[in-house]
Parts: sequence; structure tokens; C-alpha cells
Amino acid sequence: MSIIETRDLVRDFKKTRAVDRMTFSVEPGEAVGYIGANGAGKSTTIKMLTGILKPTSGHVRTCGLDPMRQRVEVARRVGVVFGQRSQLWWDLPLRDSFAILGAIHRMDEAATRARTDLLVEQLEMGPQLGTAVRSLSLGQRMRAEIAAALLHSPELLILDEPTIGLDVLSKQRLREFLVAERREQGTTLLLTTHDMGDIERLCDRVLVVDHGRLAFDGTLTGLAGTVGAQRILVIDLAQPTPDLHDVPGATLVDSESDGLRQRLSFDAEATTVAAVLAHVSSRHEVRDLTIEEPDIEDVVRRIYAASGRT
Amino acid sequence: MADATLSQRLRPYRVLLASRARAQMQYRASFVTDILGTVGVGLAEFAEVWVIFHNVDVLGGLDFTAALLVFALSNLAFSLADMFVGHLDQLPRYIRAGQVDAFYVRPLPLLAQLMTSDLSLRRVGRLSVALVALGVALTTADIAWSPATVALIVLTVVSGTAIFSALFTAAGGLQFFLVDGAEFTNAFTYGGSYAAQQSQQVFPDLLRIFWTFVVPTAFVAYIPAVAILGLDDPLAPTWLAWLTPVAGLLAWGIAATCWRLGTRHYQGAGG
Repeated sequence: MSIIETRDLVRDFKKTRAVDRMTFSVEPGEAVGYIGANGAGKSTTIKMLTGILKPTSGHVRTCGLDPMRQRVEVARRVGVVFGQRSQLWWDLPLRDSFAILGAIHRMDEAATRARTDLLVEQLEMGPQLGTAVRSLSLGQRMRAEIAAALLHSPELLILDEPTIGLDVLSKQRLREFLVAERREQGTTLLLTTHDMGDIERLCDRVLVVDHGRLAFDGTLTGLAGTVGAQRILVIDLAQPTPDLHDVPGATLVDSESDGLRQRLSFDAEATTVAAVLAHVSSRHEVRDLTIEEPDIEDVVRRIYAASGRT
Repeated sequence: MADATLSQRLRPYRVLLASRARAQMQYRASFVTDILGTVGVGLAEFAEVWVIFHNVDVLGGLDFTAALLVFALSNLAFSLADMFVGHLDQLPRYIRAGQVDAFYVRPLPLLAQLMTSDLSLRRVGRLSVALVALGVALTTADIAWSPATVALIVLTVVSGTAIFSALFTAAGGLQFFLVDGAEFTNAFTYGGSYAAQQSQQVFPDLLRIFWTFVVPTAFVAYIPAVAILGLDDPLAPTWLAWLTPVAGLLAWGIAATCWRLGTRHYQGAGG
């Protein structure tokens, strides 16, 4: 059974169609990035998945349930983090929020405590347990929100902009935790974000939504391939070298310092880093290399452009 | 779930309310000032009754003791309702803060979560003024005590609280539609509270009908007080006083309808 299933899902607001005949499904254990511009319909979809908004028409099932009719049952099996809204009780110590949520989810006190301890340890939040939520830093609060959403061990975790406003280090800790959580619990993940690092680190599948319509559904590499975005291999060589024009499957972008640094673009579907590197290193001494991934925001822009919108 | 005891089923709400009480106790100084403030509000309301009866002996068929009973019953019901669900008319604030979306993704009914999301303990100030006034009124008034009188008083307090709670709930439901509609709904909640404190005989007929059958705050204090004191008002016969719970139920019927329409209309807090 799919964890999420939508068919011809439509939601109209007064004059606009926020979600337009959206059809997709997510299987248990998948990690799906849901991306698109502001106002493309991401939050509206999430609200329909969780029973906050009633669809104008079409079919939606979350954990096999109708979110409008079975909102409470859906809430038992899904965890949701709204990046810009809090699930926590801002005027009480963090510890209390977990205790209250445990009671709301009808977990007994021992189970609540055990689960809280585990999440707090994994998210390294021990020192903050006694701190009032309003005094937490944004990074700490986000980790707390995620722990709160996972307290009742949901099958599906929906994250709406979980890394918005976080510094690099906080983002990284959050992503590492989510990767581990998924590996250990097999939790299904649906994530909206503007941060392509989130997608690259966390998701094996990407849905691109544009003006309420699904513009792409596939892997991240596939997405880059679809719009012709290419990866770039930056090679530092030991000796000044003539421009590398003859590498199979790769094209020279530019070279610097008499050819000490050369940038080659290649299509990830057509060849591999290893093949390109093997070809170059059989002829020249390679000192260092870096790979520049395609800029996904650029990729999304191209998808929009390709579908005739901006 | 079917075999869960009532106590287990209510545990989430108990924990929620206890947490609200705890949060208020964390700022003891401001809590004490808040309580003093609501005592002040209660006393100011009382001062109005006192000033009037300092100048006239009887107003709208009530003497001072009778007016005190009406004042006490209405204030008791209102402050109880205000303490438990008075924050419902603050719904737009909850919506803007995204709090309502958070309620939707928790496995409890929306209205029950909203009701238990705040517990204004500071309102015990006004509540205690009402209780003292009730004690004074009941001991000084000339009442033919019987088990029926006691039952009627208890029934009145419970139903009166239900009527004001229903008004707050209806106000909350309507505010899903009205942008900044608090001014409008205040006319019914706070306006209803003011009307409930008065002898209904002071109102023109049209208003009397309104406060009896449309927004039934006449049932909160005046109609039962007439019965308790054995006063004579042809428009408030004793049997009508026993219909106070019916008024409460009808008010709740309307409140539930407003609430359901409101939640159906809800479109999320933007974003």
C-alpha cells in the first residue's frame, strides 16, 4: 500500500487554482523532495495530505486513509514539521512539550520518557531539556520540532521547509539525524525545501511542482539530465597542460593558470567521474579534484522555462 | 480505545490544562497583578450596581439584594466560561500564529484542543468577587429555602456557564469568516454578559425578546433570580426558570453549528 496517493487532486482558492490535477504516490520508506517556487502549491498539497484543507476535487489518501474524514487517525500515523510554525509550548521547558505530546498521542509515561530520551540523545538536545522553548536558538528549536514530530514514531514524516534560516552547521546536523533516522526506522519522508542541499543529502526522488502541476517526478540525476544540467569536474594538474579537448563524454568549460586547473562538464547519465578521471590521469598527473553538482534551483528554473512559464 | 476508562480518555486534556496552569505560575509576580486586576474588574462591575442602588431603592422590579443576586449569578457564570473558553474569540490570533494548523495534525478534536489551549487562571479574581457577592445575596435575601431552590441555583450556575461558553464558541466559529471580527462578536459575548447583569424589565420589549430567545442571557441570572426570590414578573414565570438548561442546550446547538461552518470554511494560515 502506498503511504501517499493522490489522483487528479485539485484545490481552488477564490480565483486561483493552487493545486491542479496532481497525481503521484509515495511508497513506504521512500524519501521524496517536493520542490517548486513560492506559491507553486507545495504547502497546499501538504495541507490536503494532513486533513487541514479540503480538496476541491480528486482523490487523496495518506497511510491509506481519507485525511478529511479520518484526520485524527492520520495524525496518529504522520508527523509534521512546519518550519515557520511551532508544535511546541513556548512558555514551558522543552521537556514539558515532549510530555504533553506523549499524552496527546496517548503514549504512557514510561514509553514517552524512553522515546524522548532516545530522540534527545540522537539530536544532542540534553542540555536544552530544561530551557524554555522561547529561549532556544532557531537551530535548537528546529531539532526540537523534529523530535516532537517523531515522538509517536510516525510512519510518515512531512517536513515543510525544515532548514529555513538555519546556519550551515545546524543544517548539517539536522540532515545527518534524518539520514540516520530513516536508515534505522525506515520512516517515509516528504520534504519541501528551497535548499537544494537538503534534497541532495536526503532524497532519492524529486517531485517538482509548477503552478500547481507536477512538472517532474524522478531521481535527482534524472532531473538534472532532463533539462541538460551537467556536473562539472574540476581537475588540478601537476604541470601546466594544454586544454583537455579530447576527453570522451566530457567538454572543456574553461582552464586557468596555463592549464593547471581545468573544468570539464559531463553528462552524469552518459559517463562517470571515474571514467573521465581515468582518461585524464592516464595522460597527466592529477593533484586534486572537486565535483560541482548542478545547481538545482537553476534546474527547476529550466523546468519552468521548458514548460513555458517563468 | 473502546474499553479505555473516561479518566484515560481525558488524560491529554488534563495534561494540557495542567501545563497551562504551570506556565502561568512561572511568572508569579505578573500572575498576582493579573489576579488583582480581575478582582478590580469584578469590583468595578459591582460598583455600578452599588451606585445605582445608592440613588434608587428599586430598579426594574429589583431591590438591592435582588440586583446583587442577579449580578452574582451572571458574573459567576461569565467568569467561569471566560476562564475556560474565553480565549476562543481570540481565534484569529491562533490562526495567524499557525497554531490552528498545529492542532489539525494532532490526534484530538479541534475544538477540544482549542478549549484546553489556555486556562486563564487570573480570572479567579473576578470569579471570587462573584462568589462573595453570591454568598452575601443568598444570606441577606428573603428566600424560601427548599431542595428545589438549591437545585435551581446549581442548575443556573451550570447552565449559565454553558450559555456563555456557547457564546464564546459561536464567536470563535464566526471568526473563521470574519477578518478581525472580534468587535462584532464582542457585542454578543461581553454585551451578553452586560445584559445578563440587568433586570430584564429595564429593556424595551424587542431587546427583552432578543436577550431571551436569540442570545439567551436572560436565563443566566434574571429569570432564575425571579424564581429563587419569588418575585412577580409576568414575563418571567417560575417554570421558565427551570428551562434554563434548555436555553443552554439550544445555545450549544447554535454554537456547534457556527463552529462546524467555521472549520469547514478554514483555509489554513496562508503560506
